[in-house]
Amino acid sequence: MRGRAVLTGEHFMHGDHACTEGAIAAGCRFFAGYPITPSTEIAERIAQRLPEVGGVFIQMEDEIASILAIIGASAAGARAMSATSGPGFSLMMENIGLAVMMEIPIVIVDVQRGSPSTGLPTLPGQADVMQARWGSHGDYAIAAYAPWSPQEMFDLTVLAFNVADRFRIPVMVMSDEVVGHMVERVVIPPEEQIPRWERKRPTVPPENGFRPFLAEDDDLVPPLVHAGEGYRVHFTGLTHDERGYPDMSAETHHRLVTRLVEKVRRNADAMVRYEGYGLEDARIVVISYGCTARSARRAVAQARAAGIPAGLLRLISLWPFPEKPLRDLARQAEAFIVAEMNLGQMICEVERYVAQPVIGVNHAGGAMIPPAPILETIEEVANRGAHIGRRKASTG
Amino acid sequence: MAHTLVAEKHPLDDLIRTDRMPHIWCPGCGIGIVMRCYAQAILESGIPVEQHVIVSGIGCAARTPGYMNLDSYHTTHGRPIPFATGLKLVKPELMVTVFSGDGDLAAIGGNHLIHAARRNVDIKVICINNFNYGMTGGQVGPTTPLGAKTTTTPYGNPEYPFNLPYLLAAAGAVFVSRWTAIHARQVKEDILYTFHKPGFTFIEVLAPCPVGFGKSNNLDEGVEEMWLYRRRCVPAGRVPEETPWEALQVDLREERPIVVGRFVDEDRPVYRPVRLEDKPSEHRG
Repeated sequence: MRGRAVLTGEHFMHGDHACTEGAIAAGCRFFAGYPITPSTEIAERIAQRLPEVGGVFIQMEDEIASILAIIGASAAGARAMSATSGPGFSLMMENIGLAVMMEIPIVIVDVQRGSPSTGLPTLPGQADVMQARWGSHGDYAIAAYAPWSPQEMFDLTVLAFNVADRFRIPVMVMSDEVVGHMVERVVIPPEEQIPRWERKRPTVPPENGFRPFLAEDDDLVPPLVHAGEGYRVHFTGLTHDERGYPDMSAETHHRLVTRLVEKVRRNADAMVRYEGYGLEDARIVVISYGCTARSARRAVAQARAAGIPAGLLRLISLWPFPEKPLRDLARQAEAFIVAEMNLGQMICEVERYVAQPVIGVNHAGGAMIPPAPILETIEEVANRGAHIGRRKASTG
Repeated sequence: MAHTLVAEKHPLDDLIRTDRMPHIWCPGCGIGIVMRCYAQAILESGIPVEQHVIVSGIGCAARTPGYMNLDSYHTTHGRPIPFATGLKLVKPELMVTVFSGDGDLAAIGGNHLIHAARRNVDIKVICINNFNYGMTGGQVGPTTPLGAKTTTTPYGNPEYPFNLPYLLAAAGAVFVSRWTAIHARQVKEDILYTFHKPGFTFIEVLAPCPVGFGKSNNLDEGVEEMWLYRRRCVPAGRVPEETPWEALQVDLREERPIVVGRFVDEDRPVYRPVRLEDKPSEHRG
């Protein structure tokens, strides 16, 4: 019996399950993974769901095998995903670089837990966000999204597949244990309303002289050839020229790596997502993401009710970083507060774009940061001026 | 008028990326022989060239996909088998061959090797065993014989090597054979045979590496190792009834026979992902 791919309707749904349904609705038909708390429910549900829709589920021997299997599956033409948490995410790092270099789209979900090492397997963290950006060796660029609700576990998983396919990059969904294990209202739209961005595919037939890594369009994305289509294409993690052939020259290397990074920079507008709350008149801007943004929103609401001109910039895309709204806010704000469940990661990115004091509200993980310490920080800044920050950005 | 011995075209030309020649392999290396066997087997397979896919990891043998005019994937060190697994499961109609070396497949990728064999996923593995890490200049590997000298075992290798056919048979491969670079005909025949043998198949080919391994083990010339194979190789009797698995251990230092042949050729249900439209009886095999 075949099941429905898109479970259109209103649901009271677990975050990890919403992620699974987002993947299936987006057309994911291959999942390879390894059990790890707190992401296991994604694997469990997709193991049940994929066979219903003609997809492939395989539990691999480790997370290294899992990421390779999804890269191989995607090279054959499938939308493919894996889900993991910190320790498994670390094991995947080397081959994020392979997907970048081969320009094979993949989606990885990291339901973050307390870390480093084995850390707090059943409790939340947000300390993998820099690893998502920089974890593999070398210069490269990817996209990463931070859902704050089961609804966004669905929506952002769909977006992750679209961005991955459209730009031929790995895309991460950087969830956390709170959002992954949260049960909340999830609205799944009708199938025809699920957005779908297709892979760019070759428009010429296989012939000698086809250059599979030649990016002729302004978006710097070359058309993607799948295995078995007769193009007889070479994919390698080595530095390669437009033919896909290894070329150990500094010129080719610079040209390739620059294109891979520029590809994301140039198309950032299509990938960046953020949400504002009370920003119109905000003098104190709180920046947060994932589960922590839920507390930040409460704190900002309480501050505004008390007459403090506070606002929230919620980062939905962590990478590319929403620098444009931040630059705009730098013209009106007196101070920025960055609330995150780590000891100061995205705050570094905020400091890059603003000259005002940037104050961190941090916790190493294990429990949600409640609204109170965020509200207290807002009040402190409001009461004593903007120059009392624990962290200050250098000006200029 | 003199006869010309130059052919306009070789039957394998279409399968080789001639614009990538010369290759990186050293004089006396055995990898090229095996690549030629693979190409010949493709030609004779009756399977359209477009349906053949070659996947490798890192190392000298793993450069082979770059020279084959096929859909080719040169992945990371140790990882061709899980990559090939994902690719094959999405497009089962493709003939997916993993062509890599002993260090890549049995050391860094050893876990994937045994698990793919256990699953009996339908991929064809050709493992060039040259007893060392050739590309990095001749370090000890998982197949380096006990006592052999390498750049990282200057006093002799203190570790026992893997007996790869024994390992693969234990892990569940449905076809396991071993030949050497001097057995070009048998290697080609076995590759061709495994193209039509469903399941996880494993062919080990012992190959000279005069620059990496030979130089410090009195095998400075590739041809010396080929002579050694010719002198010492003996075909296996039925394994394990006539030839015990332990006899398959290779020891290049001693005048012991090197056992070659087909050791395993059996039928076992091939791994297939669960499909709900299948009848239950079709889930396996």
